[in-house]
Amino acid sequence: MRAVSAVETTTTTHPWAIHAEGLQVRAGRHLAVNGLDLALPTGVHGLLGPNGAGKTTLMRALATVVSPAGGRLTLLGHPVDGRSELRAVRRSLGYLPQHFGYYPRFTVREFVGYLAWLKEMPRAGVAAAVQRAIDRVGLTSKADARMKTLSGGMLRRAGIAQAIVNDPRLLLLDEPTVGLDPEQRLDFRELLRDLGTDTCVLVSTHLVEDVVAACTDVVLVNEGRLVWRGTPEVLAAQGDAGHAGDSPAERGYSALLRQHRAEATR
Amino acid sequence: MTTHPSLTQIDRYATGDPGLDEASVWAIEVHLEDCADCRARLAGSTTAESRAVIDLVATVLDREIAATPVPARRSRSWSLARHRWFVGTLLPWLAMTVTVLGCAALLGALWVGLPSVVLLIAPLAPLPGVAVAWHRRADPAWELVAATPAAGLTMLLRRTAAVLAFVIPALAVVGAGTGASLALLLLPCLAFTAATLLLGTLVGVRRAAYGLITAWTLAVIAPSLAAARMPVVLSADSARTWALVTAVLTVVALLRVDGFRRLSHRD
Repeated sequence: MRAVSAVETTTTTHPWAIHAEGLQVRAGRHLAVNGLDLALPTGVHGLLGPNGAGKTTLMRALATVVSPAGGRLTLLGHPVDGRSELRAVRRSLGYLPQHFGYYPRFTVREFVGYLAWLKEMPRAGVAAAVQRAIDRVGLTSKADARMKTLSGGMLRRAGIAQAIVNDPRLLLLDEPTVGLDPEQRLDFRELLRDLGTDTCVLVSTHLVEDVVAACTDVVLVNEGRLVWRGTPEVLAAQGDAGHAGDSPAERGYSALLRQHRAEATR
Repeated sequence: MTTHPSLTQIDRYATGDPGLDEASVWAIEVHLEDCADCRARLAGSTTAESRAVIDLVATVLDREIAATPVPARRSRSWSLARHRWFVGTLLPWLAMTVTVLGCAALLGALWVGLPSVVLLIAPLAPLPGVAVAWHRRADPAWELVAATPAAGLTMLLRRTAAVLAFVIPALAVVGAGTGASLALLLLPCLAFTAATLLLGTLVGVRRAAYGLITAWTLAVIAPSLAAARMPVVLSADSARTWALVTAVLTVVALLRVDGFRRLSHRD
């Protein structure tokens, strides 16, 4: 139970939480995202794609860590480019990078609290929000353990806790299920469904079954472009027994990729 | 404030009289939220039934409060405060700064006839620290921090302040040993820090720091070492100009540093 802030009840004037038009983002000199068009509303969206498809670069651009090299990007109705003020967007943003550094001597509570402070949350609400975020990812018993004593899966969950501590309206999770055991992954899917009711969640992953189980929408990218977008059910219907994969969704995924590559080479 | 409801209305509200229409119930509830007197009157009109409900709620709440874990003890705030102001990766840079200053003081003491090396390098002392204070390699959690609203401006100013809090006493101690004027040691040092921040809004802090270090070395340090005399810009009567320059640069830098809130791929 928590108080509903005025920000959450104001009507939104933007139809999409994430709106990219012809988005280009550089990773080094290479254009890792090249002409991507994407419009995502509230809900849980799974971002799928092979290695080097530009998923992580796209996530970093959406998290306002790197600036777009071209095209237009609008987050929660605010334009994101080299000139605009990003404070308002960043306050309602949650981001779990693929590899996140941390201060090894911090306890989980201090780490999440530090990020809450960086996200400029009102001081009075920080302690309760930190406890709630830690509880939601199932780290309650480890709340006062130092970060360096945590296992890989626990670190990942601490990372998810810092991403959701400010009740973001836009949540970006890059490979959140790496290192989680099967039971924790089930809990995580539950958390995703819960978050997706009032948040735009974008989950980048390699695990097709996670996407099918927890996402309302699948976004497939390859070589920096949008390949396909649809529901997990339609994704599963794309493939047949002739395609690689152990589940209908995996077969659908390989069918779409193969089709895209065939079109690209033609 | 709305007008007080009559005692009859409160009685009917308390007993949950179905004859009381919805609009009146709302009006009474809104009024009760603000009016302690009417709440007291309502307490007098409660029925045994509602008192039983309230007692039940109180018992359940007490039980739940007793069952919840004790609140977490206050975290060691020094650890948090340290990370708000400082990153551990700055330590080697600060150690280097102090070592260089010490060497310069030693050189000045051993090598008579040379202009005060401490005075010459004092303006550059905080720059290496400022350059790494807000840089992706200096902070392990850089990518997390960079996506937060406090990124850039707040971090940069806090960490610059931390660097200055360390460098200025060191300069003062070394300067006192060599007998150099304190104003000529500290004012250029502050002016260069402000200039780094100001230039940093345009080209990135690290490049600004490196550029200023190179420019000062080529334009002032090298010629005065070669000619073995103090440069004009550091002569005793230039302190007032340095004070003016420091003030102007600081004001302009503080007005401009908002730029760090924006996206930048330079840092």
